[in-house]
Amino acid sequence: MLARESENSLKTTPLHALHIKRGGKMVPFAGYDMPVQYPAGVLKEHLHTRGSAGLFDVSHMGQIVLRAKSGRVENAARALERLVPQDIVAVAPGRQRYAQFTNDAGGILDDLMVANFGDHLFLVVNAACKADDEAHLRAKLSDDCIIEPLPNRALIALQGPKAEAALTKIGADVSAMKFMDAGPRRIGAYDCFVSRSGYTGEDGFEISVPAEQAEALVTALLDDPDVLPIGLGARDSLRLEAGLCLYGHDIDTTTTPVEAALEWSVQKSRRNGGARAGGFPGAEKILSQFDKGAPRRRVGLKAEGRAPVREGAPLFADAASSEQIGKVTSGGFGPSLNAPVAMGYAPSPLAALGTTLFAEVRGQRLPLQVAATPFVPNTYKR
Amino acid sequence: MTTLYTSDHEWLRIEGDVATIGITDYAQSQLGDVVFIELPKVGRSFQKAEAAAVVESVKAASDVYAPISGEVVEVNDALVAEPALVNSDADGKAWFFKIKIADKGELGGLMDEAAYAKHTA
Repeated sequence: MLARESENSLKTTPLHALHIKRGGKMVPFAGYDMPVQYPAGVLKEHLHTRGSAGLFDVSHMGQIVLRAKSGRVENAARALERLVPQDIVAVAPGRQRYAQFTNDAGGILDDLMVANFGDHLFLVVNAACKADDEAHLRAKLSDDCIIEPLPNRALIALQGPKAEAALTKIGADVSAMKFMDAGPRRIGAYDCFVSRSGYTGEDGFEISVPAEQAEALVTALLDDPDVLPIGLGARDSLRLEAGLCLYGHDIDTTTTPVEAALEWSVQKSRRNGGARAGGFPGAEKILSQFDKGAPRRRVGLKAEGRAPVREGAPLFADAASSEQIGKVTSGGFGPSLNAPVAMGYAPSPLAALGTTLFAEVRGQRLPLQVAATPFVPNTYKR
Repeated sequence: MTTLYTSDHEWLRIEGDVATIGITDYAQSQLGDVVFIELPKVGRSFQKAEAAAVVESVKAASDVYAPISGEVVEVNDALVAEPALVNSDADGKAWFFKIKIADKGELGGLMDEAAYAKHTA
């Protein structure tokens, strides 16, 4: 009975019944009962997404509307810039940008997507952080902004080379969208917010849809033999091959955007010498790391052997040294590469591409090479 | 030839004083796609319940425990080369290693096919 009670305390998404019907193997994830895989299995689901199209339920993630009390989206953008090191003012209507909420120590509270929907901003945040993010927004921005979470909308991702065709078949006109375009769009009978982005390294879309319409939309997409439902297992192996960070693993409150090798996501306007330099939590530390470098960096790691090196494995500079220099933060087997891949943190002097590091796995030191990410080239439609 | 099972989802085929050991079809279905196998060295001795091999799926690593004490007399190198054999033929070609049984008394604690079927039901 105890087990049952704890199962009952898990939240479900609007697509829960469909996951069960499709044979999803359900596991607890960020407080939700979610499919880790379907009968096809992680390997086939992964390869199907890269070769055709995969459909993911990401309704556990947080969707938040940020609206300026003035009614002007620029004011919402300026307000949000107080919490993130990104240039939000420059995000044009119909466009989306990757961002991080930082803390006073320069660490990352969460990573998120910010879209400009014309008269307001639309934010997508991680499931495990969404309550804290909402509280953070309310605490810091309530003077200027209205913060409106959208718990009654589902979120799905359709990823892979056949994603556009699958959407076109059900009446969506998305062919003109480019990578990181985003906005409200009708798909057939459904009132959606669509962005051309995702978490797999593939071309694809994320679609927010009212909860009561979610099952019908997903069923229509899954009627297409090119589209398979994909669980959290393949979502993780796909994002790892794409070199994308998983919050709570590769980035967290102890890692700065510079240490996390996310400098590309911080526009020049927010760095020293920029038009709106600083003004976000932890700016002093983060901007000084831009100028002077960080003591450690997130790096891609490729194993020389076949053994997967997983999260938590300690890293060493050589095969014998007793001094741990870093650790693996994500790792596993990359089905498209047919080889193990990992990410982790290493001291900056040992973070150069091609450097050999050693991970300790079951008492053995396995050689790894610092490698460029993404491990698998991305196929975004630019 | 007798086939016995452990509660950790290993099977043992007993031929004389040698046991061939693998993981069950039920175990492979729970693990998912196997991508890496690490086998013990021939000549290594294990106590019962000691970790003897590693099987990794895309998602996770699992230990395979020596179901009985004894010395490894042969390992299945074909399995290291093709880990997916575990998914396609867990009960047959995907055997892991053979142990020279140190104490036949330990076999008494293992399950027969009917008991194992009940265990996984």
